[in-house]
Parts: sequence; C-alpha cells; structure tokens
Amino acid sequence: MSKPVTALGGASDATGIATVTEMGPMGMITLRGDLSVKAVTKAAVAAGGVTMPDQRMCNTEGAGGIAWMSPDELLIMCDYEHVHAKLADLQGKLAKEHALAVNVSDARAVFRVSGPHTREVIAKLAPVDMHPGSFTPGMFRRTRFAQVAAAFWMVDDQTAQIICFRSVAQYLFNTLNMAAQDGSLVGHFSKA
Amino acid sequence: MLSIHCPNCGITAEETEFHAHGEAHLTRYGPGSTDDQFESYLFMRRNPKGVHFERWRHQNGCGKWFHVARCTMTLEVFGSYSAQTYAPPQEILDHIKDRRPGWNEGTT
Amino acid sequence: MSTRLANKGRLVDTSKPLSFTFNGKNLRGYAGDTLASALLANDQMLMGRSFKYHRPRGVVASGAEEPNALVNLGREGRFEPNQRVTTTSLFDGLEATSQNHWPSLEFDVGAVNARLSKFLPAGFYYKTFMYPRAFWKHVYEPVIRHSAGLGKAPKARDVDTYEHFYAFCDVLVVGGGVAGLQAALTAGRSGARVILLEQTDHWGGRAPVDGGQINGGTVDAYIAETLDALRSMDNVELRLRTMGAGVYDHGYALGYEQLSDHAPGTPGPRHRLWRIRAAQIITATGAIERPLSFAGNDIPGVMLASAVRDYVVNYGVSVGDRTVVVTNNDNAYLTAIALKHAGLDVPVILDARVLPEDLGLVAQAKALGIRVMMGHAIASVKGGKRVTGVTVCAQAGEGAVLEEIPCDAVAMSGGWSPVVHLWSHCGGKLRWDTAHACFSPDADNPPKGADGMGFVTAAGAASGMFALDDVLNDAHVAAEGVVTCLDMKLPKDVAAPKAERREESPLAPVWMMPQGAPAKLREKAWLDYQNDVKVSDVRLAAQEGFVSVEHAKRYTTLGMATDQGKLSNINGLATLAGALDAEIPAVGTTTFRPPYHPISLASIAGEAKNDIFQPIRRTPMHDWHEANGAEFEPVGQWRRPYAFKRGMESTHDAVMREVKNTREKLGLLDASTLGKLIVKGPDAGKFLDMMYTNMMSTLKVGKCRYGLMCSENGFLIDDGVVARIDEDTWLCHTTTGGAESIHAHMEEWLQTEWWDWKVYVANVTEQYAQVAVVGPNARKALEKLGGMDVSKEALGFMEWVDGTLGGFPVRVYRISFSGELSYEIAVDASHGQAFWDALMAVGADLGAMPYGTECLHILRAEKGFIMIGDETDGTVIPQDLGLNWAISKKKEDYLGKRAQERSHMTDPSRWKLVGLETTDRSTLPDGAYAVAEGTNENGQRNMIGRVTSTYHSPTLDRGVAMGLVLNGPDRMGEVLTFPGTDGKEYQAKIVNPVFYDPDGEKQNV
Repeated sequence: MSKPVTALGGASDATGIATVTEMGPMGMITLRGDLSVKAVTKAAVAAGGVTMPDQRMCNTEGAGGIAWMSPDELLIMCDYEHVHAKLADLQGKLAKEHALAVNVSDARAVFRVSGPHTREVIAKLAPVDMHPGSFTPGMFRRTRFAQVAAAFWMVDDQTAQIICFRSVAQYLFNTLNMAAQDGSLVGHFSKA
Repeated sequence: MLSIHCPNCGITAEETEFHAHGEAHLTRYGPGSTDDQFESYLFMRRNPKGVHFERWRHQNGCGKWFHVARCTMTLEVFGSYSAQTYAPPQEILDHIKDRRPGWNEGTT
Repeated sequence: MSTRLANKGRLVDTSKPLSFTFNGKNLRGYAGDTLASALLANDQMLMGRSFKYHRPRGVVASGAEEPNALVNLGREGRFEPNQRVTTTSLFDGLEATSQNHWPSLEFDVGAVNARLSKFLPAGFYYKTFMYPRAFWKHVYEPVIRHSAGLGKAPKARDVDTYEHFYAFCDVLVVGGGVAGLQAALTAGRSGARVILLEQTDHWGGRAPVDGGQINGGTVDAYIAETLDALRSMDNVELRLRTMGAGVYDHGYALGYEQLSDHAPGTPGPRHRLWRIRAAQIITATGAIERPLSFAGNDIPGVMLASAVRDYVVNYGVSVGDRTVVVTNNDNAYLTAIALKHAGLDVPVILDARVLPEDLGLVAQAKALGIRVMMGHAIASVKGGKRVTGVTVCAQAGEGAVLEEIPCDAVAMSGGWSPVVHLWSHCGGKLRWDTAHACFSPDADNPPKGADGMGFVTAAGAASGMFALDDVLNDAHVAAEGVVTCLDMKLPKDVAAPKAERREESPLAPVWMMPQGAPAKLREKAWLDYQNDVKVSDVRLAAQEGFVSVEHAKRYTTLGMATDQGKLSNINGLATLAGALDAEIPAVGTTTFRPPYHPISLASIAGEAKNDIFQPIRRTPMHDWHEANGAEFEPVGQWRRPYAFKRGMESTHDAVMREVKNTREKLGLLDASTLGKLIVKGPDAGKFLDMMYTNMMSTLKVGKCRYGLMCSENGFLIDDGVVARIDEDTWLCHTTTGGAESIHAHMEEWLQTEWWDWKVYVANVTEQYAQVAVVGPNARKALEKLGGMDVSKEALGFMEWVDGTLGGFPVRVYRISFSGELSYEIAVDASHGQAFWDALMAVGADLGAMPYGTECLHILRAEKGFIMIGDETDGTVIPQDLGLNWAISKKKEDYLGKRAQERSHMTDPSRWKLVGLETTDRSTLPDGAYAVAEGTNENGQRNMIGRVTSTYHSPTLDRGVAMGLVLNGPDRMGEVLTFPGTDGKEYQAKIVNPVFYDPDGEKQNV
C-alpha cells in the first residue's frame, strides 16, 4: 500500500497577506441519519471524539471533530489512518438504524488560511459576513468560495479551515492565494 | 440580488448560494392519469404578478430544498417554509393576507 | 486662456509637481490635480471631439457628470479608453491621448459632419441607411464604424488583477459630502455598523467651495472635526475613491473602489468591487448642475458655473480671464464672486430672472461692482475651438441681439438636479419639485426590501435640500430615521449642526434661452454634448410622434452616451414636454439603471481571470496525464485526456493507435470522473425503481446492471452501471457530467415528493480514483498485480467484488463499455496515482497504453453503445434508441413512464437508432442530416434522419456511425443520402448499430 497523497501534496504559500496551506490527509466520514435518534448521535460522538455540535456549529479537538452539515448530516473528522476502523465501528453501531456512513477523506481537500487578515481573504471569496462579531470560531458555514462549493470554520480568530472537493483543490488554492495577494489588504475588519 | 432564508439550516444568505426551481405544491400525476391531468402537472405553471409560492434549494449550502412565498412584483418575501408540505402553512398565509389585504389564495 | 492662478487651490499640493503627457506633449501639474484641472492649467481647453459631428469639445464639468472630456489613458496592458479627465487623478507619468478624431484633435476631417448637421437630424441613421438593403453591410456600416466611435479598444491583455469583497452593514452611506458625513456621524453614534463611500479622493463634496459657516466655524473645519469623530468609531468604515455604483434588491449595493488608478503598478488589485448587503442605505449623492440651452453652448469655454468655481477654488485654475456668468438662480453668483475674489474679470452676469429686490448673493455681487443684467440671456456664443464672446438678448424675446460682449469663458447654471440615480435603481419613485424645477426622491415611495419596507433614504442635496443648513439637518434626520428602522437608539446629545442661512431668491425655470429662440438658434443649442443631440432634434422627435420619453431617448440618442445623460436628461425631457405642451412630471423620466458611472468589466469579473477564470476539475492522475502527452478535452468542468500523443504523432494517429492497442493488447482509461452515488435505506430499491427505467430492486448483491434514467418528460438524462452493494445499499454510476446533477435530482425527489421514504444518498464520486483496465491482456495484468481471484469463475461479467490488488484495497467491477474484457477498478483517490503507476508497471510487458476519451468513443461506437449527449439531446426517449430491453414492463411507475405514453412519444414515425455504413468506407460528417425527396413547408429539403455519432474505426478500417432515422430499423440495407457542409453528398447504408463482435464474445471471456 502506498502513502496517501493529497491533491496538492501539502502546497503552501505565505507570500501574501495570509498563509494558505493544504492540510491532510485528514479522515472524514459523512454520516447521514436522524439526528434526533440517540443511537445516531451517540455513535457520531464516539467516532468524532467530541460532543455533538449545535446547528451550524463545529466541535473539534486535535484531529477529531464533528461538524453540523444539515438537519440530517454530520461530518465526522479523525486521523486519516483511523478512518477505515472508525467507519467500520460506526457502521457496526448503526447496523440497526436507518443511517448512511461513508468515507469521504479522499474526496476532499482541506486548506488552512492563517494570519491576522484571514477574515478578509475569506470575505473576498465567500458571501458571508466575516465581521468578528458575526462569525466566531466554532461556527461552521457551508457556502461557496468564488465559483466552487466549500465549507469552512475558524479554528481561532486568525485561522480558518476550508473544505472543498478534491478535484477543485488547485482552483481553490490559486483563488485563495489571489485573494491573499500582496498589497490587497482591505482593512475592513481591523482599521488598518 | 435577493436575500433568502433557508429554514433547514437557518442561514440567510444572498441568492448565489441558492437556486430557484419554479412553482411549489405541484401534484404529481403518473401512469393512469388523464392527458389533461398530466399536462397540468408537467407543463402548466402559474405566472402570477404578485404572490407566488416557489421551490428553492440551498445548493451552495446545506443542499436542502424548501419553499418560499414571495411577491414577484415587489420581491417582498413573505416567508420560507418546509419543502415537506402540500400547502403553505397558516402563518405564512396569515402574513400574506396581512401584507396584501386583497389577496385571495387560489386566484393567484 | 485658462491658467494656474497664484493663489493655490484647496486640493493641490504645489510642493509636489508632476509631469504627464497629452497627445505626446509634456505638461506639468501638481499632486491633488485631476487630469482636467491639470490640462486647464496648461491652457488645454480643447480635449476631444463629439460623437456624431466631431465638434470641438472642452471640459464642461468638474466631476462624474462630465460628458465631453474623455481620453485614452495609459498604454499596452494598462491602456483604457473613454476615461473622464474630471474623475482621473493626476499622477507622475500619466499618458493621455484624445479620442474620436482623425487625423488630429486640432484638425479633424470628421468635423465636416457638423457642416452637414442640417442633413443629419434625429433618427438620421435610421432613416437613411435602410435602403438599398445590401448597402448596409458593405457601404454604410464600414463608413459609420470608421467615423463614429469613441476611444480605441485595448489591444494588449490587461496586466492588472481585480477582486470582490463581501461586506455587511447596518447602514451604507453613499457620498462623502457634508450630508454623507453628517448622516454617517449620526448613524454611527447609535453603534450601528456604518460604511461611508466617497467616489472622489477627498471628503466634503462641494460644500467647502460654496462656503458658509457651520456651528460658527468654516465648512473645512466642520469636515475635519466630523472625520475625526468618525475615525474614532470602530463601527464606522470610511472609504475614499469608492463609488456607490448601484442599489439592488433587498439592500444589496455595489461599491467600486479604484485602488491604483492613481498609482498604476502598485502591488495588489487595481479595482475592488464591494458587494455590500446593507439593512439600510442613505444616498447622500448630492446634486448636479444643469446647463442652459442657448446657441453655441457647446463651444469649448462654456462650462457649468459650479465647475468654473471648483477649478478656481479647489485647483487654483482659471478657465478664462473674462467669464460671462449666465444663470436662472442665485447659486451661480457664487462663481462670479469667486472669480472676482481671484482677481479675474466678470464682465456681466446675465440673469434670466427679473427679481423684485436684490437679496443675498445678488446684492453681494452687485456690491463687488459686477454688472448684473436681469431678464437677459445669451443669444449665442461666438467662437470655434474657444469662446470669444457672447451676444446678449432679452430672455423673453426671440434673440434680437442687444449687445456683444467679448469673453473667453461662459459659466452657466440652469439650476440643480438631485442625483437620484441610486434612489431610483431599485424602484424609488420621484416627485417634481416645482420650486427647484427638479425631480427629487418621493420619500413616501422608497425602494422596498425583503420585508416590504423602504430601505433607502435620500439625504441632503440628493433629496432636494440645497441650503447648507437644510442639507445638514436633512442628513441628520435621515440617519435618525434609519436608526429607528434598525430598532437602535441614539444617545440623547446627538443633534444636527447649525449652519448659517443665506437669503435667496427663487429660481426661474429656463429650458430655452431665449424663451422664443427660433430654429436657427435651437439648431445650435446642445442638450447632449457627447451624442450631439440638440433642442431641435428633440422637437423633431416629438413632431414625428416619439412622444414617450423612452422612445424619444432612443430615437435621438439623448442620454445614451457614456455619461448616461447626467447633464442632458432633465433639459431634454423639459424640451420634450415643451414640444408636447405637457407638464414635465407628466412626461416623466427615463429609467435610471446601474451603474451610476461606468465601472470596469474586469471589476465585475473579479478574481475570475487566467488560470482561475473557472474551476477546472482534475482527477488524481491529472499530473501524470499532463506529463505523458495528454491532449485534454473539457467534459463539464473536468479535463479528461482526449488522447495521449507520443513523439511527433498527430492526434488522429494517437487515437487510432490507442484503439488498436486496446482491442489487441491492453488499454488503461482514467474513469475517475464517472459519478458514483451511494443510495442506501429500506426504501432504496423502491426508490431506484422510480429513478431508473429498469428494475433495480431485483438486482442481486454482487451484481451490476446497466440502467437508464429519464426525466418526468420521458427524455433520457443519464445512464450508467448500478451495483448492488448489500441488502439495502446500491452504488449508482452516472456520466461524467451527471454526478452533481443526478445527485441533486435524487435529492429533489426524496426531499420534495417521497419525503417519507427511508433513503439516504451520498455523492462519493471523488473518493475514488477509477481505472478501466481493458483489452485481451486485462486479466493477465491484474493477475500480475495479484491479491485476488479475477478469473471468469470468481468474477463473472456484470459482477463486482471487493479485494486487494498489488496491496491496494480495491473494488473491482467487471463491466465493459468497449466490448473487450474489461475491469473497472476503484481505489481511494489518495492512492490513485500509485495504483495507476502499479498498473503501468505490470502492464509494460503486456502492451499497456493509456487511452483517452476519443478512443473510448470509438470503442463504444464500434459496439453500438449509446452516449448521453451524442445519441441523446434532451428530446430522445429510450425507445428511440432501441433500448426497450432496459425498460421494465413490470413496473407500474418510473420517472418518465407516463410521459412516454403520450401520443407523440408513441408515434411510430419517431426517428429511431440505426447503424450507418458509408458505401465508400469514408466517415460521415458529424450531425449531417439524411434527406428525402421533396421539400417541407419552409422550402427546405425533407429530412428523414441525422447522424448522432460518427468515427473512423481503425478496427474495421472504415467509417462507422449511428444515427436516428425515420422508420430506421425497418429499412435495413437501404442507402440514404447525407449532404455535408463541405458540398459533398455522402451515401450510407442502414445497418445494425453493433459493428464489432455482435455476439459479445470478446468481453465475456
């Protein structure tokens, strides 16, 4: 078995007003099920290693985490090496439930945008209110970045993590770097 | 550029996150239906100047479908509600009647 | 002449000289200058030529409303035509050239049009160039194209970058004059998030030029204090060089920020388009002065009175030594007074009004010794490329000349029109303000937002308030109202500043000067300077029946130039009203559409250019393909290898080689782009039976079945192989382009129709790299990788199995789209390249070669397999393609079933799929139609079929094609004629569409 290779092999660019880095590989499981059923959330919590997030929120700790994707969908995060075992465990626990758990670790690319101007870089591409009073760490937002669907959350006030489809990784990386290009500071969120 | 509220995930966002899919509350007619019934289902659509019930999908978001009650003239939005309904909920109808006193459901 | 004065202007910094060129001439200006003020300071009054008559044109305004002074700016990758000199900040090294003239600005051949102006009236083009028809293309259009037109189109690629920025706020204030500043200050005090945009590079608007006192201090002092207060607020954002370009539905607005137009080459984007969502918008966009319509009002040196004042006060530039002021209101007296204070001569103020007493500015002007002629007007302006004088007449008469006054500039004022554009963009209504003779926002009918409530408030001059005290008070009140709408509160100590009031006499509307001007004068009285529309043209339009303002606009082209009639519209529609003997409000205005002022197309595109113009989807093996000669073709947003070229080989030769190699040895296809949807749940079988025309619920675990999907219209939308994974799980393959749309299609039915069915769908397309291993050596290759039994017995045709190959966990589908022995192998995408490498390695001795989509097409066409998008085009049902075997007869219902029962769908005369074989072995042209005897009702040849797929088959060494033909399956052996677009006629015989291995022996080994 070969070593897993992410879409861009961990590309990174720090030449602009924020640093853009491809992360991973990361373990990711899409779980669809009735989130009001205890067995479903219990299995999710066990797999993600964090408590159940509220609507539109994301709880993470280390490599583990759970993001609220929709009223019947969660994204469970874990170490890439553990994803097959976690998935099997999850499927076992949910064997009697109407639920669907699939491995999507390789179907995605994950980027980290970091630095004091992270909010501005995102606000150039996503139609989301990135004001520090409106979008706070822990919130999870599915939206679009320029022309592709993506989801993101802020790990802390200066760090965002963005998930997109693997096939458009190069597009999103280039687009994020364009948004972070040198000389493009807006100064909207911090009066620069 | 409209601002739309998704009742499934609770986000209010600009139109580019969504996609509109035409008239809501259509009744599906399959095999066994008459030509008239099938025609009404497949082809005949209301095109009101005023209150309209529409199907929308939060396609660059939670991916879920929902309904929007909207005025096609002024673009006023009367409310968003679940796609899993056969008719607009009463509170949406009440709000429309409040905003459009002469409006008569069924004639639009 | 126009020149720089000794007393410096407010805005220029004479310690920072700049050099620039105009038509190659080296000129000097200062930091803070606009290109307009710098050109005037160098006595360059002539700046361009008009659109139609090529009349000499000088600058007439000092801001965004300028219709005349458009230039080509910059060079090569930063060349841009039609830039207004009045909104262009001067910078060192600026290069400008004038436009719309040949051979030179001073001597222009096209100016002969002006002599012919009598023969070029409104609608001239429409009337003249209609006949003879054939002349249009070869005579009229080339001549018009050569002589008309503004700037040159750029030839080089734009070297700059652009971006968008999504901003959200409670209150967006557009306009950074005193009204905007005050509105932002009041709104900001509530704690609301405020964004204030100003289109120029300085705050305060024109109030400092017009003077007065605020709270006992100067206007400049008030601006400085207010800015200090605003800058200290964390909730307020101030943005210079950012124009509020448009107001749209539900509080959406565009701000156009010019970041480096004044400093080209600065790192970072050139323009930033602010996409703002505001709960409330205040338009403090000021007002624009109107020209007066008198003969010769377009001669360079005739300017708006406010512009003359701006150049003197802001830039220390005089537009002339002797300036005649002509007006119908008090405001223009400020210009006369400013000129006098600057030591310049004002021989006369011609005031069309007759006033009972001298108040305020009138008295002040007279006290300065300026001659004022009440009830008088300009009969005509003398001069060609520059004003040399005016003739004076009574306003009430028909223009009998009383006196001629030499002068080199004319400052005119016909009153002020509020800038209502942003108010009107999204449906705000206007009312006619009789006192000021202008349209102003009707506060009772604002643009309405998502909640049906107004979301725009006009403030200051933009709402029809012109006195300084009224402006400030109105701005404060507007902000108070907005704060109330937001359910927010203001601290008790917030109050409007107080400004001193001037005594003022009312304006008298003047739409023609003199009032009874005869045709001779009306033909020289310009309304639209850029498009050369005169009073006489609008009158002619009315006379010819163009009574609607929208029709008159298009007929005369009034207001259709790049300035969109900022100066001309009100005068034009007043003229129209006069000609129709109607009230101005009854005639109404044309529609105000965004943007307020032209914005760059590149700013709208934002970041979407070059490599990120659109998303390009890449498979995990994309880089390998690129490195190995792949010629790519777009399939949706994916890029798939079309063929892998070797050395100097042509694309066609590469394709032929790939087909032969795959048929004879071993081909590898990157099939990762095929959609893969997991469908799971107790009702999944029932659901798939509805989705597909065939029965999927009966598929056995471990087996695969080819399925067809139709829309409710009955038409084929997708196809692919479905595998049953376990008791309640299926994996559905879709076409490359279909993954997202079919996923959405499934979700739509599950969420909106059968929401009680227990089914979940997940799109796992990109989780897997998928490789088709195809050809007689396919099994050998997999056996060499080892790890699982891939024999016929262990893995039969149309079966799948999980296992390990070469150490890779894989899922192997024994399916074939080529007619060869074939396996499609799915591996986690992160291992896709490694798995591909392993296959190439073990295949080296077996003749393994990668193949592309064109080879795939030929392989499938040789086998008569249909392709969605080739054999289907949105009007084709499965029955047309002879796919009845894949339509379940047992099912009561599936999507499209009812539609396929409609009479048109069961019509036996529908064209049906057949194979087509040319009689001379050549390849049929793609899309060619088969013709029959006779013609249809349109006189076209009768058509009885068309080619849907056509290729040269290297396997059979002949053309193979499929097509839809009338009664095709019943006409086997018949020869049809297909005329090509190359003029040749092709003969092809109707045959069975399966050209190769009709019994399927090769795939089933």
